[in-house]
Amino acid sequence: MSGNEPNPAATMARATPEPQPRPAKAADGKRVDHARSAKQFLNAPEHAKSHDTRVWAMRTKRDKQAHTIEEWEELRQLASDIKTHTLTHLDTYLEQFEANAKANGIHVHWAKDGAEHNRIIHEIFTDHGVKSVIKAKSMLMEECGFRHYMDGVGIEIVETDLGERIQQLDGEDPSHIVVPPVHKMRSDVARLFADKLGSDPENDDAHYLAGAQRDATRPLILDADAGMTGANFAVAETGGFVVCTNEGNADLSANVPNLHVASIGIEKLVPRVEDMGVFIRLLSRSALGSPITQYTSHFRGPKQGGEMHIVLVDNGRSKRLGMEKFWSSLKCIRCGACMNTCPVYRRSGGLSYGATYAGPLGLILNPTFDAHRYSNLPFASTLNGSCTNVCPVKINIHEQIFGWRQVLAENGHLPWTKKTGLAAAGKVLASPKGYRAAIKTTNSALKHLPRWAIYNRMNAWGEGREMPSPPDNGTFHDWYKRHRLNRDGASRNTSEN
Amino acid sequence: MRIGLFVPCFIDAFYPGVGVATLELLERFDCDVDYPFDQTCCGQPMVNSGCHDEARATEALFVKNFAQYDLIVAPSGSCVHQIRDNLTAIEQTPEVKHVRENTLELVEFLHDVLKVEAFPWARFEHRVGYHDSCNTLRNLGHGKPSELHGEYFSKPRALLEKVAGIELVSIDRPDECCGFGGTFSVTEPEVSTRMGQDKIADHGRNGAEYIVSADSSCLMHQSGCAARIGAPIRFKHIAEILNGASQ
Repeated sequence: MSGNEPNPAATMARATPEPQPRPAKAADGKRVDHARSAKQFLNAPEHAKSHDTRVWAMRTKRDKQAHTIEEWEELRQLASDIKTHTLTHLDTYLEQFEANAKANGIHVHWAKDGAEHNRIIHEIFTDHGVKSVIKAKSMLMEECGFRHYMDGVGIEIVETDLGERIQQLDGEDPSHIVVPPVHKMRSDVARLFADKLGSDPENDDAHYLAGAQRDATRPLILDADAGMTGANFAVAETGGFVVCTNEGNADLSANVPNLHVASIGIEKLVPRVEDMGVFIRLLSRSALGSPITQYTSHFRGPKQGGEMHIVLVDNGRSKRLGMEKFWSSLKCIRCGACMNTCPVYRRSGGLSYGATYAGPLGLILNPTFDAHRYSNLPFASTLNGSCTNVCPVKINIHEQIFGWRQVLAENGHLPWTKKTGLAAAGKVLASPKGYRAAIKTTNSALKHLPRWAIYNRMNAWGEGREMPSPPDNGTFHDWYKRHRLNRDGASRNTSEN
Repeated sequence: MRIGLFVPCFIDAFYPGVGVATLELLERFDCDVDYPFDQTCCGQPMVNSGCHDEARATEALFVKNFAQYDLIVAPSGSCVHQIRDNLTAIEQTPEVKHVRENTLELVEFLHDVLKVEAFPWARFEHRVGYHDSCNTLRNLGHGKPSELHGEYFSKPRALLEKVAGIELVSIDRPDECCGFGGTFSVTEPEVSTRMGQDKIADHGRNGAEYIVSADSSCLMHQSGCAARIGAPIRFKHIAEILNGASQ
């Protein structure tokens, strides 16, 4: 074959990359079905494998970085303690922050929920005649449905974070809080950019694609009327806030237009600027396994001739602070380490959670917004506990997942079949006689029933696994009777079955 | 010291050999072991799903069966975790507290209480991948999980290293969950089996002939996955190896 002839196999593979799996969203008022969406994701084997590999690589890098710091575990404890202190004195620190921010010339607003957040910012934009906005990544604004709201009132929002922009152009939610399109492959982005930005659909080189986005977005940045950021930390003693990014896009969003609006969740407070010495060391090491983000920007007040607004948002946080078992989830600094370590998240993809927050963090946050809609999520976990161990602020994530299961069960959010099935199991297992009979029936069924009767649609275990084979010589109980009771004649055991 | 042997329900039903190996092993070390006949289950299947009320009677029966012993030993990490940390549906009487504080998983008992130095009867001439179940590793403290910073230790590996002929292999993701997860295995069957397949593939790639664990539930899941895809890897509970199984 001459060098000029196309390789048919390569062309074929290139011509038909695996389409991106797109799990269906749960309708309003319905429960999110994580298992079903996860199955859809796994049915795209290339995407599923690539996702697991890439996200696991972040966990591996995190381990490497964390293990270079001798005092890592003490640092986690310190961060956790600072957050405990702040959250248990939150009213004081919020007022201190507000007073200092105002003294710095910042306008401070308070929003009790997402709707109020959106309305306040809409008013600011209306006052300033804002038509186009550039925006850095913010999970809080995702929570508030901010972009959808602004779509509805005709204000154009342009995401400046590359990953978030990909998701915006594709009309999808972020699937990871740090790496929004991590579920996509390069071929997906190449097709999307070809469609939306006019780039070459055959070129899926990462540098080329990033360049295409940069060329398309830069003019929008220069022409924007306002810029928006979130905040990673808000410092009470200075009234300033800190934004950590790797692309510098938050700095462009904050500094190019004359109007900067920052949305900040009330749990982002820390007392002192020196606390950054703890949190900055933890944040990026936990998130991506890099020592620090490329940009760690401290904002203290409006630029000359400009205007700065902060919207402090509750959106369920006060309620969560009052939950005895779950309040410490407010310590979260949104690093994503729990997602990267989570074997379920890595296999199922972030969109399968059908919620703002995916992964272990999502399992404990989403039910605080809507217990029924997200009632399946705390069950999308093996309770393996590695999320708790990687959490830089030591949230007992897996214990909270376990705790939510109880809350949901007690409040009637478990599917009826599951609840009644477990109640029946509880009855059998509480009766030695009933239990013995049940084992006999099960083992006899497994031994004598034909395969088609055992492996059917009702048997979730059997979809991808064989059932255990019943032992030839009976149960341990039978063995003990034969080999121990008969030998010494009598046992100290009580009732015989 | 009187020891009550707890043989969890699924081990009783499907893996009696694990119960036998545990009992024989304890007898080899001259322990005074008793098997209370009315035992059933620790309540974990219900509690794991948030149904604490439904577990109450089972938990009460467990305490009734075992309160008379100085120590309770079980060859199952997840059941010991349930008893020690989550048996809370019933009133916490002194009896209940006694049972919860004195229940040990087999590896802990051999390593921490008996401080076993040798298993002269044991010889296992195979390449073995040890599977740390998440409950034994992170909830019972069998070893240092890979994500925590600190000195490496592993109680089960320390015991297995005393077995003649054994070769322990390490795998790429040493303590990744295998995907069993109790009721998770049937409520999320696709994710669960994918995790199981990935786990056995990791062991296979790294040359393990056997996967050995202190949790039969993980092994039940993994062996089910292996059998379905025809993976030629075998499974043993650590009690069987320490008690002298040769294959």
